[in-house]
Amino acid sequence: MTPNLVYVVVIGVLFAAGVSMVLERSLTRVLMGMILLGNGVNLLILLGGKAGTPPIVGLGPDEEMADPLPQIMILTAIVITLGMTAFLLALAYRSWAMSGHDEVQDDVEDQRIMQLAERDEGSGTDDKDHHEAVR
Amino acid sequence: MNFLVPLPVVMPLFGAALTLMMAGKPRAQRTVSLTVLTATLLVSCALLYFSTTDAPLVVAVGGWSAPLGIVLIADQLAALMLVVSSAVTLCVLVYSIGQGMADGHEETPLSVYHPTYLVLTAGVTNAFLAGDLFNLYVGFEILLVASYVLLTIGGTENRIRAGSTYVVVSLLSSVIFLTAIGLIYGATGTLNLAQLVERLDALPDGLRLILQGMLLLAFGIKAAVFPLSSWLPDSYPTAPAPVTAVFAGLLTKVGVYAIIRTETLLFPGGRAAAVLLILGLLTMVIGILGAVAQSDIKRLLSFTLVSHIGYLLFGVGLTTQLGLSSAIFYVVHHITIQTTLFLAAGLIEKRGGSTALDKLGGLAKLSPVLAILFLIPALNLAGIPPFSGFIGKLGLVQAGVADGGVLPWLLVAGGILTSLLTLYAVARVWNLAFWRTPPKSVPSGSSSLLPPLMVAPTMALVLLGVGLTVVAGPLFEVGDQAASSLMERSYYVQAVFGGGAP
Repeated sequence: MTPNLVYVVVIGVLFAAGVSMVLERSLTRVLMGMILLGNGVNLLILLGGKAGTPPIVGLGPDEEMADPLPQIMILTAIVITLGMTAFLLALAYRSWAMSGHDEVQDDVEDQRIMQLAERDEGSGTDDKDHHEAVR
Repeated sequence: MNFLVPLPVVMPLFGAALTLMMAGKPRAQRTVSLTVLTATLLVSCALLYFSTTDAPLVVAVGGWSAPLGIVLIADQLAALMLVVSSAVTLCVLVYSIGQGMADGHEETPLSVYHPTYLVLTAGVTNAFLAGDLFNLYVGFEILLVASYVLLTIGGTENRIRAGSTYVVVSLLSSVIFLTAIGLIYGATGTLNLAQLVERLDALPDGLRLILQGMLLLAFGIKAAVFPLSSWLPDSYPTAPAPVTAVFAGLLTKVGVYAIIRTETLLFPGGRAAAVLLILGLLTMVIGILGAVAQSDIKRLLSFTLVSHIGYLLFGVGLTTQLGLSSAIFYVVHHITIQTTLFLAAGLIEKRGGSTALDKLGGLAKLSPVLAILFLIPALNLAGIPPFSGFIGKLGLVQAGVADGGVLPWLLVAGGILTSLLTLYAVARVWNLAFWRTPPKSVPSGSSSLLPPLMVAPTMALVLLGVGLTVVAGPLFEVGDQAASSLMERSYYVQAVFGGGAP
């Protein structure tokens, strides 16, 4: 089908909003972003197929039928997105239950190694002076 | 023999359903999982035999013929990957059963673990066998969903934190992959890989490059290629040892497999070759520098995992047959060795109580068996002759030298440097954890002997890794054969359609 400007703009807005939400730290916002992105992709797939009458033999002439394949792919993608949304929600809830917030923290080990680097020490204890000092 | 092709996907899925119904009956669950995975391994071996001696095996799922329905294809590359991955999953399953028994099931809640593990296997095998881009996507999703559950199993604070990063990054890569699929369908009107070959060739160059870039981006995140790799060392080490081991062995390699498949079949001609080579170099060097800085064995191994993905890109980016066959050999080697090392790290954690290097010491005296189980794969990873790591790297270096360009030479230098730094990194682990006088925190005496069910699969994988050297000749031949049929795309198309694509 010929690209429809409304479609294209809606897809663009969904993608842009989705990306900016995914960049947030709070898991709930990331989840929202993922849903928006998923919907954007679904519309994009729909754009790839031909529009027309329902793809059932006998309802109309064969040439006017819509392409059913993108619709099937979108259905599959919707199911997958639904499952992922449920999982992310559970993850966010668990995170909130464990630590009182749903923000994704920096890696603990990363921070430790960064501190070591700032103090200009080797990691582990192969540095002999450091080893003695620990003892 | 075509009826064999769907079995590696169907059997684990069926086993997953069965084990889910047997929740609360650990013994029955174990029997089912072990039977299913053993059967998968046997079927994969049969597939490898038939696909190397004869044409690739093709099955049109549900009897719908190729461009309409979905096809599953077991060619040499897919069958080879199936054999290695099912061997590794079987060993890791035995290991996790051993660990579950030893720990009183704390680390691996059995009722969820077995079904999820089998679903993960089904996803991996489905991705290898897929002859259709959308089916490849579904395979990825199956294995990713299972991996989310396995990574956050138990739901401790640490795993939830690490799991969040992993889940979000993986979801993002899936969205990018799906977008690429939507664009490819819009541009060509098909997703069947064999049919895409011709239709993609007919597209304008710029459009093809965009589609190629989108796919590479999606697979690059999954394969942990350098600028997209930082999620991996943060998330893998927090999971239970067997889970980390199977992730390290398989998940990134599925991404690499997808890169090899699309780069050779859909987008030949090496328009992205230079990019792949540069990324390969950066992945190797930066990954291994990260490994040198770590003070935890599991994290260190995660960084070596990222680093050695670079070798695979090196082979793929050369776009010569020698490069490709070396990369295929290296994938087999790397799956085996990286899994073995993570299993050994699990044993170290069991024996020494930790994987932090400053809390370990004197393990060589405490447990000589463990020392051997760690040392052999570690030397193998670093590429000490006569192990398979050396043979794989030698093949890549030869392929790079044969190419003779500036970039391949840079890659050769980077590869050798990475190999040396890998040796330094694992030697550091060896010195600190095994040879140093132990700090007081290490439990001594025979109070915590290693469970035999954990040692045996690790030993089996160590032997498999050493055995790769023995069978290196035939294995390289299979890799060579796979590479030549990958380079000659009509081979794949003919297997699906007989004549030309409709």
